[in-house]
Amino acid sequence: MSHQATHHAGSHAAEVHPEVGHVVPVKYLVGAGVALLFLTVITVAVRYIDLGEANLMLALAIAVVKATIVALIFMHLRWDRPFNLLVLIGSIVFVGIMLAFSAMDVHQNSPTIFNGNAPEAESVMQANAPGAPVAQIRSTNGGVGSSD
Amino acid sequence: MTTIQLPSPGAISDTIEARPESDNYLTHTRGILSWIFTLDHKRIGVMYMWSVLGAFLLGGTFALLLRTELLTPGPTITDSADTYNQWFTLHGAIMVFLVIIPSIPAALGNIIMPIMLGAKDVAFPRLNLFSYYLWVTGAILCIVSLSMGGFDTGWTFYTPYSTTTTAGGVIPVLTAAFVLGFSSIFTGLNFIVTVHKLRPPGMTWFRMPLFLWSIYATAIIQVLATPVLGITLLLLIVERTVNIGIFNPSMGGDPVLYQHFFWFYSHPAVYIMILPAMGIISDIIAINSHRAIFGYRFIAFSSIAIAMFSFIVWGHHMFTSGQSALMNTLFSAISFSVAIPSAVKVFNWIATLYKGSVSLTTPMWYALAFLFLFTIGGLTGLHLATLSTDVHLHDTYFVVAHFHYVMMGSALIGMIGGLHHWWPKIFGRMYDQRLGTIACWIIFIGFNVTFFTQFILGSQGMPRRYYDYQPEFQIYHVISTIGSYIMAVGFTLTAITLFGSLVNGKKAPANPWGGRSLEWQCASPPPFDNFAKAPRVGDCYDFTVVHWDPKIGGYRVDESNDPEVNPAAQGTKAAH
Amino acid sequence: MSQTTANEHTTQADHAHGHDEHAHGHDPHLAHHFDSMAQQFDSAKLGIWLFLATEILFFGGLFVAYAILRMRNPEVFSYASHYLDTIMGGINTCVLILSSLTMALAVRCAQTDRRGGLIVCLVLTFMGAIGFLVIKYFEYTHKFHDNLVWGSSFYVPPHDAEGHAEAMELKTAPTAVTAITVKDPTLFAIPDLAAKPAVDVSAVKSASVGPVGMARASGAPAPEHAVAPAPGKSEEAHPGTHLEDPKMPPNTHLFFAIYYCMTGLHGVHVVAGMGLIGWLIWRSVRGDFSSKNFTAVDTGGLYWHIVDLIWIFLFPLFYLIH
Ligand code: HEM
Ligand SMILES: [Cu+2]
Repeated sequence: MSHQATHHAGSHAAEVHPEVGHVVPVKYLVGAGVALLFLTVITVAVRYIDLGEANLMLALAIAVVKATIVALIFMHLRWDRPFNLLVLIGSIVFVGIMLAFSAMDVHQNSPTIFNGNAPEAESVMQANAPGAPVAQIRSTNGGVGSSD
Repeated sequence: MTTIQLPSPGAISDTIEARPESDNYLTHTRGILSWIFTLDHKRIGVMYMWSVLGAFLLGGTFALLLRTELLTPGPTITDSADTYNQWFTLHGAIMVFLVIIPSIPAALGNIIMPIMLGAKDVAFPRLNLFSYYLWVTGAILCIVSLSMGGFDTGWTFYTPYSTTTTAGGVIPVLTAAFVLGFSSIFTGLNFIVTVHKLRPPGMTWFRMPLFLWSIYATAIIQVLATPVLGITLLLLIVERTVNIGIFNPSMGGDPVLYQHFFWFYSHPAVYIMILPAMGIISDIIAINSHRAIFGYRFIAFSSIAIAMFSFIVWGHHMFTSGQSALMNTLFSAISFSVAIPSAVKVFNWIATLYKGSVSLTTPMWYALAFLFLFTIGGLTGLHLATLSTDVHLHDTYFVVAHFHYVMMGSALIGMIGGLHHWWPKIFGRMYDQRLGTIACWIIFIGFNVTFFTQFILGSQGMPRRYYDYQPEFQIYHVISTIGSYIMAVGFTLTAITLFGSLVNGKKAPANPWGGRSLEWQCASPPPFDNFAKAPRVGDCYDFTVVHWDPKIGGYRVDESNDPEVNPAAQGTKAAH
Repeated sequence: MSQTTANEHTTQADHAHGHDEHAHGHDPHLAHHFDSMAQQFDSAKLGIWLFLATEILFFGGLFVAYAILRMRNPEVFSYASHYLDTIMGGINTCVLILSSLTMALAVRCAQTDRRGGLIVCLVLTFMGAIGFLVIKYFEYTHKFHDNLVWGSSFYVPPHDAEGHAEAMELKTAPTAVTAITVKDPTLFAIPDLAAKPAVDVSAVKSASVGPVGMARASGAPAPEHAVAPAPGKSEEAHPGTHLEDPKMPPNTHLFFAIYYCMTGLHGVHVVAGMGLIGWLIWRSVRGDFSSKNFTAVDTGGLYWHIVDLIWIFLFPLFYLIH
């Protein structure tokens, strides 16, 4: 078993060592916590700077870094069996597949979808209330296929 | 469909109790509580099995009602189209969520898988029992939903119909499917851990019988795909209760997104249904041909390949939904490629039969039926995966015929075949093989009469899920209905055969068919802790060391000839 | 999920791995179907990781829904995000990070036989969870007060009790399937579709709004007195301010729909986590855990970290849209 209590930190020589699992040194844990708090501050600050599209990318990049820290240190993956890491990455990849294919579809066909202003939605909806006369829709949207 | 009462688990242990010499898992502890709280994978599997068969009886009853209604155009046995809608929805939902998905992994897999692997139990016995009770909860919720007004959405729950229909039982049935999904997830999770961590020394990955590979591949799909079904159903429930509008086009939502969500689960789910059946068939064919399976690694890897591919073809259910042209093309192309690993398996099975000395036992007949029906089902899948033909065939009886060929003709036939294969192991009794084989033939004939007709119906334009139809379709509908009655006879005979064996069956030997995987090396029925003595793991497809022993009326594994055990016997390993 | 006690303790003689001296004892924490503590521990770890994978796919569905809605309505997201309170969201992020830290420390304490430290860390984690939910509660009530809710109620001024009742009624009214999203005009080739209503509404019994989405009357002049709230200062806005904002894009309610779905589901997970941590506290007070038996703390901790991890993505996706 590869990861029996082999201890790297040295400074904890007096400590009890469990038969299984890995004891993460305090300095790693606290360091990870501090880094996470720091990155949170950064990501909030970046929001107020206008970088266009890059804002989203940057915010997500920071989130990925934070998630990696949590996974590797707090969740012990750095010392754990590689297969557990594979399980984590695998699940993310499959979310990615679902996202990529659905997003590709939406990207392709959104120009052909109605996406305009609702024509006086409230009045239409009220006209739809039970017992009301048949609803009227006044079409004010740009119409289908206005994508060019 | 059948007049036989399903014996309760208690009754079974009573039957076998009559043999005092045996202390097996059925008799190890007594009383109904010892079943309800059992942590033994075999008992949990047996409970699953009775429950699934009970649900199958219910779903089958609805099927017969549907077919009977379609005997004539217009009203036949009900004059309400709405009732008809409720019937086909119930039939579909029960068969998919309560029967086929849990049938092989949760019922047969639970009983056989740990023994085959050489483990004492699954990794998390309590979670296993919990899965079973989730299944029970789901079944109860289905019944609750009936009492609350039923549901008429189809098993696919398409929006916006499912969020606006006035049928009162939609939310309970959505909850039921949600709960059943988690039952399936926990089974899959348990099996993955079991295969990874509980293999005894000697049981390397490539020594695992193919049934284990297929169960493992299935478990991967269960764990990765089913949560998406969970969130989809949850969103539907929220949509229906508080009207958030994410799937509702009148509120700016996207109904096609719902279909993406649903099929991201449900296409992989069809492989949850078929992969385990393929595993069973691989083992039945190898054992009954008494010949090493041809292309072991190809079959093993094709299971994993199918599991992975199955995640990227879901859009072939949405060709006419308004999915974009690019995605239609992509999904169509990828769907074709899924046929490759499926075909690899079929060719390997046929190659195994070739030059094998085939014993035509009842399970083997089921395996042959599977081969035939799966080939038709898979090939018609290709017709549907072709964009231009699908525009014509979508939502017709052609699709109904296609998925019955794969779900019933393959997955369910595989399950029944597996039941016959392991029945002597599970209950320690041999059934009447002559009767069993006749029943298999009746089911096979009835099946083709029922569903081949539907290919014709569909290609002529008869839409699915319709209560009424044009008179010119009637002849096909009548033939199809007659076929379904033939099948009902066949299943009744199967039930008589199997249950009859519990009453007056011969005592089964440990190894009635000549298998070499580990489950055939423990007693029938297995002892409480599976193996009194740890078995040696050999090459489970090397049948040269398996010999018929007339003294015990079964096969015996004689490892003294196995060069792995006895290097001196090197030469005796015959040309093979 | 982990096997804690082994009541059926059969002999370990058969197919033991034979390389681990600790395994053959009569360790009370070893369940009967495992050969060694290492095997049992590894199984529990793999099990919980697979469970976390299902959690990721479970939330993954919602992330996909988020992405699709955002692709369809980018202006809605950048507009509506300003109604969320970045400070509160940021504080909550920090609370969760700190509780994750204490959870990781708790695991460490369990592994090293520090029972006192274990209890303290678990209690701190539990308090973090409470803190998170309290802040979330304030955020939600604030939103409800401002009528920043989901569905059609979003468009009904909150003080207008009558209108509210009407909206509620509307929600439960059965609507016939009328909304057809025509996606590819070439496929259906209906000429001149733009000039006509997409659906002949008079043909259906009970019509619903057309496939155009919901919004306040488009193009209608905003009420005279309306002063558009400066983005980011929604705290000062009075209830229903968004209805008076002429710049509010159509379908803004969708942002709040997905916001409540995702944060709500996350909140449910926090509550479940509290149950889990409470149970761990009870067991550690009872003295169950030690360096020989800490699997439950370890796996419970992993669950808690995944709750944190999901929030790490929810926070920028909702609160930090520029
Ligand atoms: C060779 C591989 C397969 C291909 C290429 C394939 C292709 C397809 C296609 C394109 C459809 C959509 C037809 C339509 O709605 O117009 C379909 C429907 C379906 N297939 Fe398959 N299929 C394959 C194998 C399977 C298997 C193995 C199963 C189940 C065990 C299965 C179960 C189903 C079901 C249940 C439906 C209908 C779902 C519904 O609309 O209710 N298929 N198949
Ligand atoms: Cu499919």
